[in-house]
Amino acid sequence: MNSKTSNNIATGVIYALVAAVIGILVFLLGYILWTGIPHISWHFLTSAAQSFRAGGGVRDQLFNSMYLLVLTLIISFPIALGSGIYLSEYAPNNWFTGLIRTAVEVLSSLPSVVVGLFGYLLFVIQFNMGFSILAGAIALTFFNLPLLTRSIEESLQDVSQLQREAGLSLGLSRWKTITGIVLPAAVPGILTGIILSAGRVFGEAAALIYTAGQSAPTVNYGDWNPVDPASFLNPLRPAETLAVHIWKLNTEGVTPDAAAISSGASAVLIVVILLFNLLARMLGNWMYKKMTATR
Amino acid sequence: MQNYSFDDTHIIDMPLEKAMTTENLQVFYGDNHAMHDATLAFPRYRITALIGASGSGKSTYLRCLNRMNDRIATVKGKIMYRDTDINSKDINVYEVRKHISMVFQRPNPFAKSIRENITFALKRNGIKDKTELNKRVEESLKAAALWDEVKDDLDKSALALSGGQAQRLCIARCVAMKPDILLLDEPASALDPISTAKIEETLQLLRKNYSIIIVTHNMQQASRIADYTAFFHMGHVLEYDKTEKIFTNPQIKATEDYISGNFG
Repeated sequence: MNSKTSNNIATGVIYALVAAVIGILVFLLGYILWTGIPHISWHFLTSAAQSFRAGGGVRDQLFNSMYLLVLTLIISFPIALGSGIYLSEYAPNNWFTGLIRTAVEVLSSLPSVVVGLFGYLLFVIQFNMGFSILAGAIALTFFNLPLLTRSIEESLQDVSQLQREAGLSLGLSRWKTITGIVLPAAVPGILTGIILSAGRVFGEAAALIYTAGQSAPTVNYGDWNPVDPASFLNPLRPAETLAVHIWKLNTEGVTPDAAAISSGASAVLIVVILLFNLLARMLGNWMYKKMTATR
Repeated sequence: MQNYSFDDTHIIDMPLEKAMTTENLQVFYGDNHAMHDATLAFPRYRITALIGASGSGKSTYLRCLNRMNDRIATVKGKIMYRDTDINSKDINVYEVRKHISMVFQRPNPFAKSIRENITFALKRNGIKDKTELNKRVEESLKAAALWDEVKDDLDKSALALSGGQAQRLCIARCVAMKPDILLLDEPASALDPISTAKIEETLQLLRKNYSIIIVTHNMQQASRIADYTAFFHMGHVLEYDKTEKIFTNPQIKATEDYISGNFG
Protein backbone atom coordinates (compact mmCIF):
# COMPACT_ATOMS: atom_id res chain seq x y z
CA MET A 1 0.00 0.00 0.00
CA ASN A 2 1.55 3.30 -0.95
CA SER A 3 1.41 6.39 1.25
CA LYS A 4 -1.24 8.02 -0.90
CA THR A 5 -3.72 5.16 -0.46
CA SER A 6 -3.07 4.89 3.28
CA ASN A 7 -3.56 8.63 3.59
CA ASN A 8 -6.86 8.39 1.74
CA ILE A 9 -8.03 5.55 3.96
CA ALA A 10 -7.05 7.42 7.14
CA THR A 11 -8.83 10.56 5.95
CA GLY A 12 -11.89 8.51 5.05
CA VAL A 13 -12.00 6.86 8.48
CA ILE A 14 -11.65 10.22 10.24
CA TYR A 15 -14.43 11.74 8.15
CA ALA A 16 -16.66 8.75 8.88
CA LEU A 17 -16.08 9.07 12.62
CA VAL A 18 -16.79 12.80 12.57
CA ALA A 19 -19.94 12.14 10.54
CA ALA A 20 -21.04 9.58 13.15
CA VAL A 21 -20.58 12.08 15.99
CA ILE A 22 -22.42 14.82 14.13
CA GLY A 23 -25.12 12.36 13.07
CA ILE A 24 -25.86 11.29 16.64
CA LEU A 25 -25.90 14.90 17.81
CA VAL A 26 -28.19 16.07 15.02
CA PHE A 27 -30.52 13.12 15.58
CA LEU A 28 -30.79 13.73 19.32
CA LEU A 29 -31.20 17.50 19.07
CA GLY A 30 -33.58 17.17 16.16
CA TYR A 31 -35.71 14.58 17.92
CA ILE A 32 -35.94 16.57 21.16
CA LEU A 33 -36.73 19.85 19.40
CA TRP A 34 -39.10 18.21 16.88
CA THR A 35 -41.19 16.55 19.56
CA GLY A 36 -40.88 19.38 22.08
CA ILE A 37 -41.23 22.68 20.27
CA PRO A 38 -44.93 22.22 19.31
CA HIS A 39 -45.74 22.10 23.03
CA ILE A 40 -43.91 25.29 23.90
CA SER A 41 -46.10 28.34 24.17
CA TRP A 42 -46.11 31.54 26.17
CA HIS A 43 -48.62 29.92 28.47
CA PHE A 44 -46.34 26.90 28.93
CA LEU A 45 -43.41 29.10 29.96
CA THR A 46 -45.32 31.39 32.27
CA SER A 47 -47.72 29.19 34.20
CA ALA A 48 -47.19 26.90 37.18
CA ALA A 49 -47.06 23.13 36.92
CA GLN A 50 -50.24 21.14 37.53
CA SER A 51 -50.24 17.93 39.53
CA PHE A 52 -53.42 16.29 38.28
CA ARG A 53 -54.95 18.40 35.53
CA ALA A 54 -53.67 18.99 32.02
CA GLY A 55 -52.34 22.34 30.85
CA GLY A 56 -49.55 22.87 33.38
CA GLY A 57 -46.42 24.91 32.61
CA VAL A 58 -42.81 24.99 33.73
CA ARG A 59 -42.44 28.57 34.98
CA ASP A 60 -41.14 27.71 38.45
CA GLN A 61 -38.94 24.86 37.28
CA LEU A 62 -37.32 27.05 34.63
CA PHE A 63 -36.63 29.79 37.14
CA ASN A 64 -35.36 27.28 39.73
CA SER A 65 -32.90 25.82 37.24
CA MET A 66 -31.47 29.23 36.46
CA TYR A 67 -31.38 30.34 40.07
CA LEU A 68 -29.64 27.12 41.04
CA LEU A 69 -27.10 27.63 38.27
CA VAL A 70 -26.37 31.17 39.43
CA LEU A 71 -26.02 30.10 43.06
CA THR A 72 -23.78 27.18 42.12
CA LEU A 73 -21.52 29.46 40.10
CA ILE A 74 -21.41 32.02 42.91
CA ILE A 75 -20.20 29.31 45.27
CA SER A 76 -17.93 27.36 42.95
CA PHE A 77 -16.33 30.03 40.76
CA PRO A 78 -14.29 31.79 43.49
CA ILE A 79 -13.07 28.46 44.87
CA ALA A 80 -12.20 27.16 41.42
CA LEU A 81 -10.50 30.43 40.47
CA GLY A 82 -8.36 30.34 43.59
CA SER A 83 -7.35 26.72 43.20
CA GLY A 84 -6.84 27.13 39.45
CA ILE A 85 -4.48 30.05 40.05
CA TYR A 86 -2.68 28.09 42.75
CA LEU A 87 -2.23 24.99 40.59
CA SER A 88 -1.15 26.93 37.53
CA GLU A 89 1.01 29.66 39.04
CA TYR A 90 2.18 28.75 42.50
CA ALA A 91 2.07 24.99 43.04
CA PRO A 92 5.52 23.40 43.07
CA ASN A 93 5.82 20.27 40.98
CA ASN A 94 5.81 17.67 43.77
CA TRP A 95 3.79 14.76 45.17
CA PHE A 96 1.43 17.07 47.05
CA THR A 97 0.40 18.93 43.90
CA GLY A 98 -0.01 15.57 42.20
CA LEU A 99 -2.27 14.48 45.05
CA ILE A 100 -4.43 17.61 44.65
CA ARG A 101 -4.76 17.00 40.91
CA THR A 102 -5.73 13.36 41.46
CA ALA A 103 -8.26 14.36 44.12
CA VAL A 104 -9.79 16.87 41.73
CA GLU A 105 -10.07 14.20 39.03
CA VAL A 106 -11.61 11.64 41.39
CA LEU A 107 -14.13 14.24 42.51
CA SER A 108 -15.21 14.75 38.90
CA SER A 109 -15.88 11.05 38.39
CA LEU A 110 -18.08 10.56 41.46
CA PRO A 111 -21.51 9.21 40.46
CA SER A 112 -24.09 11.95 40.85
CA VAL A 113 -26.44 9.75 42.87
CA VAL A 114 -23.69 9.28 45.45
CA VAL A 115 -23.11 13.01 45.65
CA GLY A 116 -26.86 13.52 45.94
CA LEU A 117 -27.21 11.07 48.82
CA PHE A 118 -24.15 12.52 50.52
CA GLY A 119 -25.68 15.99 50.21
CA TYR A 120 -28.95 14.66 51.54
CA LEU A 121 -27.35 13.15 54.65
CA LEU A 122 -24.98 16.01 55.38
CA PHE A 123 -26.78 19.20 54.35
CA VAL A 124 -30.44 18.31 54.27
CA ILE A 125 -30.49 16.17 57.45
CA GLN A 126 -27.38 16.89 59.49
CA PHE A 127 -27.16 20.64 58.87
CA ASN A 128 -30.90 20.91 58.94
CA MET A 129 -31.13 22.82 55.67
CA GLY A 130 -34.09 20.78 54.49
CA PHE A 131 -34.65 20.26 50.76
CA SER A 132 -33.37 23.59 49.51
CA ILE A 133 -31.76 25.37 46.60
CA LEU A 134 -28.72 26.00 48.79
CA ALA A 135 -28.21 22.29 49.54
CA GLY A 136 -28.61 21.61 45.81
CA ALA A 137 -26.14 24.31 44.89
CA ILE A 138 -23.54 22.95 47.31
CA ALA A 139 -24.00 19.42 45.97
CA LEU A 140 -23.63 20.70 42.41
CA THR A 141 -20.51 22.60 43.45
CA PHE A 142 -18.93 19.18 43.96
CA PHE A 143 -19.45 18.43 40.27
CA ASN A 144 -18.61 21.86 39.16
CA LEU A 145 -15.34 22.36 41.03
CA PRO A 146 -13.23 19.75 39.20
CA LEU A 147 -14.32 20.84 35.73
CA LEU A 148 -13.98 24.51 36.53
CA THR A 149 -10.67 24.20 38.37
CA ARG A 150 -9.18 22.17 35.54
CA SER A 151 -10.33 24.53 32.83
CA ILE A 152 -9.17 27.63 34.70
CA GLU A 153 -5.80 26.02 35.37
CA GLU A 154 -5.44 25.07 31.71
CA SER A 155 -6.51 28.48 30.41
CA LEU A 156 -3.91 30.12 32.64
CA GLN A 157 -1.26 27.65 31.48
CA ASP A 158 -2.07 28.54 27.89
CA VAL A 159 -1.00 32.14 28.46
CA SER A 160 2.58 32.41 27.24
CA GLN A 161 5.37 32.36 29.81
CA LEU A 162 6.70 35.45 28.01
CA GLN A 163 3.77 37.46 29.36
CA ARG A 164 4.70 36.57 32.93
CA GLU A 165 8.34 37.44 32.33
CA ALA A 166 7.29 40.75 30.79
CA GLY A 167 5.30 41.65 33.89
CA LEU A 168 8.01 40.58 36.30
CA SER A 169 10.74 42.38 34.40
CA LEU A 170 8.83 45.63 34.84
CA GLY A 171 9.03 45.25 38.59
CA LEU A 172 5.47 44.01 39.05
CA SER A 173 4.92 41.48 41.78
CA ARG A 174 3.82 37.98 40.82
CA TRP A 175 0.33 38.63 42.13
CA LYS A 176 -0.04 41.81 40.10
CA THR A 177 1.32 40.04 37.04
CA ILE A 178 -1.15 37.20 37.44
CA THR A 179 -4.22 39.31 38.14
CA GLY A 180 -3.42 42.14 35.74
CA ILE A 181 -1.84 40.38 32.79
CA VAL A 182 -2.25 36.60 32.83
CA LEU A 183 -5.85 36.43 34.04
CA PRO A 184 -7.31 38.90 31.50
CA ALA A 185 -5.55 37.05 28.69
CA ALA A 186 -7.10 33.80 29.92
CA VAL A 187 -10.69 35.10 30.02
CA PRO A 188 -11.94 33.37 26.84
CA GLY A 189 -10.69 29.99 28.04
CA ILE A 190 -12.11 30.46 31.52
CA LEU A 191 -15.47 31.38 30.02
CA THR A 192 -15.53 28.24 27.93
CA GLY A 193 -14.95 26.31 31.14
CA ILE A 194 -17.85 28.05 32.84
CA ILE A 195 -20.14 27.28 29.90
CA LEU A 196 -19.19 23.61 29.88
CA SER A 197 -19.74 23.24 33.60
CA ALA A 198 -22.97 25.24 33.45
CA GLY A 199 -24.39 22.79 30.92
CA ARG A 200 -23.68 19.98 33.34
CA VAL A 201 -25.33 21.85 36.23
CA PHE A 202 -28.36 22.72 34.16
CA GLY A 203 -28.95 19.16 33.07
CA GLU A 204 -28.22 17.47 36.41
CA ALA A 205 -31.13 15.63 38.02
CA ALA A 206 -29.98 12.71 40.17
CA ALA A 207 -28.02 14.76 42.68
CA LEU A 208 -30.84 17.30 43.00
CA ILE A 209 -33.64 14.87 43.74
CA TYR A 210 -32.16 14.35 47.21
CA THR A 211 -30.96 17.90 47.84
CA ALA A 212 -33.07 20.55 46.13
CA GLY A 213 -36.13 18.33 46.32
CA GLN A 214 -38.97 17.47 43.98
CA SER A 215 -41.52 20.06 44.90
CA ALA A 216 -41.98 23.51 43.45
CA PRO A 217 -43.95 25.52 45.99
CA THR A 218 -45.67 28.60 44.75
CA VAL A 219 -43.40 31.57 45.21
CA ASN A 220 -44.00 35.27 44.97
CA TYR A 221 -41.96 36.74 42.08
CA GLY A 222 -42.58 40.23 43.38
CA ASP A 223 -40.97 39.55 46.75
CA TRP A 224 -37.31 40.53 46.51
CA ASN A 225 -36.43 39.82 50.13
CA PRO A 226 -34.29 36.67 50.07
CA VAL A 227 -34.95 35.79 53.73
CA ASP A 228 -38.72 35.83 53.31
CA PRO A 229 -39.94 32.20 52.96
CA ALA A 230 -42.33 33.14 50.15
CA SER A 231 -39.70 35.00 48.13
CA PHE A 232 -38.56 33.56 44.82
CA LEU A 233 -34.99 34.44 45.90
CA ASN A 234 -35.11 32.52 49.16
CA PRO A 235 -32.24 29.98 48.90
CA LEU A 236 -33.65 27.79 51.67
CA ARG A 237 -36.87 26.83 49.91
CA PRO A 238 -37.24 23.50 48.12
CA ALA A 239 -36.96 23.84 44.38
CA GLU A 240 -37.68 21.35 41.65
CA THR A 241 -35.57 22.08 38.59
CA LEU A 242 -36.44 21.51 34.96
CA ALA A 243 -34.34 18.34 34.71
CA VAL A 244 -35.87 16.90 37.91
CA HIS A 245 -39.32 17.82 36.62
CA ILE A 246 -38.70 15.87 33.43
CA TRP A 247 -37.55 12.89 35.43
CA LYS A 248 -40.60 13.10 37.73
CA LEU A 249 -43.08 13.41 34.88
CA ASN A 250 -41.65 10.30 33.28
CA THR A 251 -41.59 8.19 36.45
CA GLU A 252 -44.57 9.22 38.52
CA GLY A 253 -46.37 11.86 36.47
CA VAL A 254 -50.15 11.52 36.71
CA THR A 255 -51.20 14.50 34.63
CA PRO A 256 -52.89 13.41 31.39
CA ASP A 257 -50.43 15.43 29.30
CA ALA A 258 -47.26 14.30 31.11
CA ALA A 259 -45.57 13.14 27.91
CA ALA A 260 -46.25 16.44 26.14
CA ILE A 261 -44.99 18.51 29.06
CA SER A 262 -41.91 16.34 29.36
CA SER A 263 -41.14 16.83 25.65
CA GLY A 264 -41.73 20.56 25.91
CA ALA A 265 -39.60 20.85 29.04
CA SER A 266 -36.77 18.91 27.37
CA ALA A 267 -36.84 21.27 24.40
CA VAL A 268 -36.83 24.28 26.74
CA LEU A 269 -33.84 22.81 28.57
CA ILE A 270 -31.87 22.38 25.34
CA VAL A 271 -32.78 25.81 24.02
CA VAL A 272 -31.82 27.50 27.29
CA ILE A 273 -28.44 25.74 27.31
CA LEU A 274 -27.84 26.81 23.70
CA LEU A 275 -28.82 30.39 24.50
CA PHE A 276 -26.59 30.35 27.55
CA ASN A 277 -23.73 29.16 25.36
CA LEU A 278 -24.23 31.92 22.82
CA LEU A 279 -24.64 34.64 25.41
CA ALA A 280 -21.61 33.56 27.39
CA ARG A 281 -19.52 33.47 24.23
CA MET A 282 -20.64 36.95 23.21
CA LEU A 283 -20.00 38.23 26.69
CA GLY A 284 -16.57 36.61 26.65
CA ASN A 285 -15.60 38.22 23.35
CA TRP A 286 -16.85 41.56 24.55
CA MET A 287 -14.93 41.27 27.82
CA TYR A 288 -11.78 40.16 26.04
CA LYS A 289 -11.95 43.11 23.66
CA LYS A 290 -12.65 45.43 26.55
CA MET A 291 -9.67 44.15 28.49
CA THR A 292 -7.18 43.81 25.68
CA ALA A 293 -7.76 47.17 24.08
CA THR A 294 -9.83 50.16 24.98
CA ARG A 295 -11.73 49.81 21.75
CA MET B 1 35.15 21.60 18.79
CA GLN B 2 38.58 22.94 19.52
CA ASN B 3 39.48 23.13 23.20
CA TYR B 4 40.35 26.54 24.49
CA SER B 5 41.89 27.15 27.89
CA PHE B 6 39.52 28.79 30.32
CA ASP B 7 42.47 30.21 32.28
CA ASP B 8 43.63 32.24 29.35
CA THR B 9 41.51 35.37 29.71
CA HIS B 10 41.75 39.05 28.95
CA ILE B 11 39.40 41.21 30.99
CA ILE B 12 40.06 44.92 31.31
CA ASP B 13 39.41 47.06 34.36
CA MET B 14 36.57 49.45 33.60
CA PRO B 15 38.08 52.94 33.39
CA LEU B 16 34.69 54.71 33.16
CA GLU B 17 32.02 55.29 35.78
CA LYS B 18 30.40 51.94 36.53
CA ALA B 19 26.69 51.20 36.23
CA MET B 20 26.91 47.75 37.78
CA THR B 21 29.42 44.99 38.37
CA THR B 22 29.37 41.28 39.01
CA GLU B 23 31.92 39.47 41.17
CA ASN B 24 32.52 35.75 40.77
CA LEU B 25 29.01 35.19 39.47
CA GLN B 26 28.20 31.51 39.15
CA VAL B 27 25.02 29.88 37.90
CA PHE B 28 23.87 26.31 38.48
CA TYR B 29 20.92 24.57 36.86
CA GLY B 30 20.66 21.69 39.30
CA ASP B 31 24.03 19.97 38.92
CA ASN B 32 24.83 21.73 35.70
CA HIS B 33 27.40 24.46 36.30
CA ALA B 34 26.30 26.90 33.59
CA MET B 35 28.34 29.98 34.46
CA HIS B 36 31.78 30.11 36.05
CA ASP B 37 33.17 33.05 37.99
CA ALA B 38 32.05 35.94 35.81
CA THR B 39 33.61 39.16 37.05
CA LEU B 40 32.66 42.09 34.86
CA ALA B 41 32.07 45.83 35.29
CA PHE B 42 29.61 47.66 33.03
CA PRO B 43 30.07 51.32 32.13
CA ARG B 44 27.39 53.94 32.76
CA TYR B 45 25.63 55.46 29.71
CA ARG B 46 27.33 53.10 27.30
CA ILE B 47 26.26 50.04 25.37
CA THR B 48 27.94 46.78 26.32
CA ALA B 49 27.46 43.73 24.12
CA LEU B 50 27.69 40.14 25.32
CA ILE B 51 28.63 37.85 22.44
CA GLY B 52 29.31 34.15 22.11
CA ALA B 53 27.96 30.97 20.57
CA SER B 54 24.61 29.43 21.51
CA GLY B 55 24.88 27.87 24.94
CA SER B 56 27.87 30.00 25.93
CA GLY B 57 25.97 31.34 28.95
CA LYS B 58 25.50 34.94 27.80
CA SER B 59 21.70 34.95 28.19
CA THR B 60 21.93 33.04 31.47
CA TYR B 61 24.35 35.67 32.72
CA LEU B 62 22.16 38.58 31.56
CA ARG B 63 19.08 37.16 33.26
CA CYS B 64 20.95 37.12 36.57
CA LEU B 65 21.45 40.86 36.45
CA ASN B 66 17.83 41.64 37.36
CA ARG B 67 17.15 38.37 39.15
CA MET B 68 15.05 36.83 36.35
CA ASN B 69 16.76 33.51 37.11
CA ASP B 70 15.13 33.35 40.53
CA ARG B 71 13.23 30.08 40.86
CA ILE B 72 14.96 28.76 37.71
CA ALA B 73 18.61 28.51 38.69
CA THR B 74 20.91 28.94 41.67
CA VAL B 75 22.99 32.08 41.35
CA LYS B 76 26.08 32.55 43.54
CA GLY B 77 28.44 35.50 43.77
CA LYS B 78 27.87 39.21 44.01
CA ILE B 79 25.94 41.58 41.75
CA MET B 80 26.83 45.09 42.86
CA TYR B 81 24.51 47.94 41.97
CA ARG B 82 24.79 51.29 43.75
CA ASP B 83 26.97 49.76 46.49
CA THR B 84 24.39 47.06 47.22
CA ASP B 85 24.66 43.36 46.49
CA ILE B 86 21.34 42.80 44.71
CA ASN B 87 21.96 39.06 44.62
CA SER B 88 21.48 38.80 48.39
CA LYS B 89 18.40 37.07 49.75
CA ASP B 90 16.78 39.98 51.57
CA ILE B 91 16.71 42.26 48.52
CA ASN B 92 13.29 43.30 47.18
CA VAL B 93 13.55 41.88 43.65
CA TYR B 94 10.56 43.89 42.41
CA GLU B 95 12.33 47.08 43.41
CA VAL B 96 15.52 45.87 41.66
CA ARG B 97 13.59 45.31 38.43
CA LYS B 98 12.23 48.85 38.51
CA HIS B 99 15.84 50.02 38.24
CA ILE B 100 17.12 47.26 36.00
CA SER B 101 14.58 46.39 33.32
CA MET B 102 14.69 43.70 30.66
CA VAL B 103 13.59 43.34 27.03
CA PHE B 104 13.31 39.78 25.77
CA GLN B 105 14.20 37.93 22.61
CA ARG B 106 10.64 37.56 21.37
CA PRO B 107 8.44 40.66 21.48
CA ASN B 108 5.97 40.10 24.32
CA PRO B 109 3.47 42.95 24.39
CA PHE B 110 0.59 42.48 26.81
CA ALA B 111 -2.82 41.64 25.35
CA LYS B 112 -3.88 45.24 25.97
CA SER B 113 -3.97 48.51 24.06
CA ILE B 114 -0.71 50.23 23.14
CA ARG B 115 -1.38 52.89 25.76
CA GLU B 116 -2.22 50.32 28.44
CA ASN B 117 0.96 48.40 27.68
CA ILE B 118 2.91 51.40 28.85
CA THR B 119 0.65 52.70 31.61
CA PHE B 120 -0.17 49.34 33.21
CA ALA B 121 2.98 49.01 35.28
CA LEU B 122 3.03 52.76 35.99
CA LYS B 123 -0.49 52.67 37.40
CA ARG B 124 0.31 49.63 39.52
CA ASN B 125 3.22 51.61 40.92
CA GLY B 126 1.00 54.43 42.05
CA ILE B 127 1.07 56.94 39.20
CA LYS B 128 -2.58 57.92 38.78
CA ASP B 129 -2.36 61.39 37.28
CA LYS B 130 -3.77 61.37 33.72
CA THR B 131 -1.50 64.09 32.36
CA GLU B 132 1.58 62.44 33.85
CA LEU B 133 0.57 59.09 32.34
CA ASN B 134 -0.03 60.63 28.93
CA LYS B 135 3.29 62.42 29.16
CA ARG B 136 5.09 59.18 29.97
CA VAL B 137 3.36 57.41 27.06
CA GLU B 138 4.46 60.07 24.61
CA GLU B 139 7.99 60.38 25.99
CA SER B 140 8.67 56.67 26.08
CA LEU B 141 7.23 56.03 22.61
CA LYS B 142 9.37 58.87 21.24
CA ALA B 143 12.42 57.46 23.01
CA ALA B 144 11.74 54.10 21.36
CA ALA B 145 11.23 55.81 17.95
CA LEU B 146 7.68 54.46 17.74
CA TRP B 147 5.60 57.58 18.41
CA ASP B 148 5.13 58.68 14.79
CA GLU B 149 3.92 55.24 13.76
CA VAL B 150 1.36 54.72 16.50
CA LYS B 151 0.34 58.11 17.83
CA ASP B 152 -3.12 57.88 16.24
CA ASP B 153 -3.66 54.26 17.32
CA LEU B 154 -2.79 54.39 21.01
CA ASP B 155 -6.05 52.74 22.02
CA LYS B 156 -5.78 49.90 19.54
CA SER B 157 -4.57 46.46 20.59
CA ALA B 158 -0.82 46.08 20.81
CA LEU B 159 -1.18 42.58 19.39
CA ALA B 160 -1.85 44.12 15.96
CA LEU B 161 1.64 45.65 15.77
CA SER B 162 4.35 44.17 13.55
CA GLY B 163 7.18 42.27 15.25
CA GLY B 164 9.56 45.22 15.05
CA GLN B 165 6.98 47.69 16.32
CA ALA B 166 6.00 45.33 19.14
CA GLN B 167 9.63 45.03 20.19
CA ARG B 168 10.03 48.80 20.24
CA LEU B 169 6.84 48.99 22.30
CA CYS B 170 8.45 46.57 24.76
CA ILE B 171 11.47 48.87 24.92
CA ALA B 172 9.17 51.88 25.43
CA ARG B 173 7.35 50.01 28.18
CA CYS B 174 10.63 49.57 30.04
CA VAL B 175 11.76 53.13 29.38
CA ALA B 176 8.48 54.53 30.77
CA MET B 177 9.41 53.07 34.16
CA LYS B 178 12.54 55.27 34.02
CA PRO B 179 14.95 52.52 34.91
CA ASP B 180 18.66 53.01 35.22
CA ILE B 181 19.87 50.04 33.26
CA LEU B 182 18.28 48.31 30.26
CA LEU B 183 19.04 44.64 29.68
CA LEU B 184 18.25 43.33 26.20
CA ASP B 185 18.32 39.62 25.40
CA GLU B 186 18.85 39.29 21.63
CA PRO B 187 16.13 41.89 21.03
CA ALA B 188 16.44 41.79 17.24
CA SER B 189 16.99 38.11 16.59
CA ALA B 190 13.33 37.48 15.71
CA LEU B 191 13.12 40.54 13.44
CA ASP B 192 13.81 41.39 9.81
CA PRO B 193 16.80 43.60 8.81
CA ILE B 194 14.77 46.82 8.56
CA SER B 195 13.23 46.36 11.99
CA THR B 196 16.65 45.42 13.34
CA ALA B 197 18.10 48.67 12.00
CA LYS B 198 15.31 50.61 13.71
CA ILE B 199 15.99 48.87 17.02
CA GLU B 200 19.66 49.71 16.70
CA GLU B 201 18.83 53.38 16.03
CA THR B 202 16.59 53.32 19.08
CA LEU B 203 19.39 51.96 21.23
CA GLN B 204 21.74 54.68 20.02
CA LEU B 205 19.18 57.27 21.14
CA LEU B 206 18.66 55.61 24.51
CA ARG B 207 22.41 55.37 25.17
CA LYS B 208 22.42 59.05 26.24
CA ASN B 209 20.27 58.36 29.29
CA TYR B 210 20.57 54.66 29.99
CA SER B 211 23.24 52.08 30.58
CA ILE B 212 22.54 49.29 28.15
CA ILE B 213 23.68 45.68 28.24
CA ILE B 214 22.73 43.67 25.18
CA VAL B 215 23.14 40.00 24.36
CA THR B 216 23.52 39.39 20.65
CA HIS B 217 24.63 36.55 18.43
CA ASN B 218 25.01 39.00 15.58
CA MET B 219 28.62 40.18 15.55
CA GLN B 220 28.00 42.97 13.06
CA GLN B 221 25.39 44.28 15.42
CA ALA B 222 27.79 44.23 18.34
CA SER B 223 30.46 46.02 16.34
CA ARG B 224 27.95 48.63 15.09
CA ILE B 225 26.40 49.64 18.37
CA ALA B 226 28.46 48.52 21.37
CA ASP B 227 31.13 50.52 23.17
CA TYR B 228 32.39 47.48 25.06
CA THR B 229 32.09 43.80 24.23
CA ALA B 230 32.45 40.66 26.32
CA PHE B 231 33.06 37.29 24.72
CA PHE B 232 31.48 34.27 26.42
CA HIS B 233 32.51 30.68 25.80
CA MET B 234 31.07 27.59 27.49
CA GLY B 235 30.08 29.40 30.66
CA HIS B 236 33.26 31.45 30.94
CA VAL B 237 33.97 35.08 30.10
CA LEU B 238 37.17 34.87 28.12
CA GLU B 239 37.63 38.42 26.88
CA TYR B 240 36.25 41.85 27.73
CA ASP B 241 37.49 45.04 26.16
CA LYS B 242 36.51 48.00 24.01
CA THR B 243 34.51 46.80 21.03
CA GLU B 244 37.02 47.92 18.41
CA LYS B 245 39.81 46.10 20.25
CA ILE B 246 37.75 42.91 20.37
CA PHE B 247 36.99 43.03 16.67
CA THR B 248 40.33 44.31 15.32
CA ASN B 249 42.88 43.01 17.77
CA PRO B 250 41.52 40.26 20.02
CA GLN B 251 43.95 39.03 22.67
CA ILE B 252 42.55 35.52 23.05
CA LYS B 253 42.67 32.76 20.45
CA ALA B 254 39.02 31.73 21.10
CA THR B 255 37.76 35.27 20.51
CA GLU B 256 39.76 35.60 17.33
CA ASP B 257 38.43 32.30 16.00
CA TYR B 258 34.87 33.20 16.91
CA ILE B 259 34.81 36.62 15.28
CA SER B 260 36.59 35.36 12.18
CA GLY B 261 34.21 32.44 11.85
CA ASN B 262 36.75 29.66 12.47
CA PHE B 263 34.89 28.48 15.48
CA GLY B 264 33.76 24.94 16.15
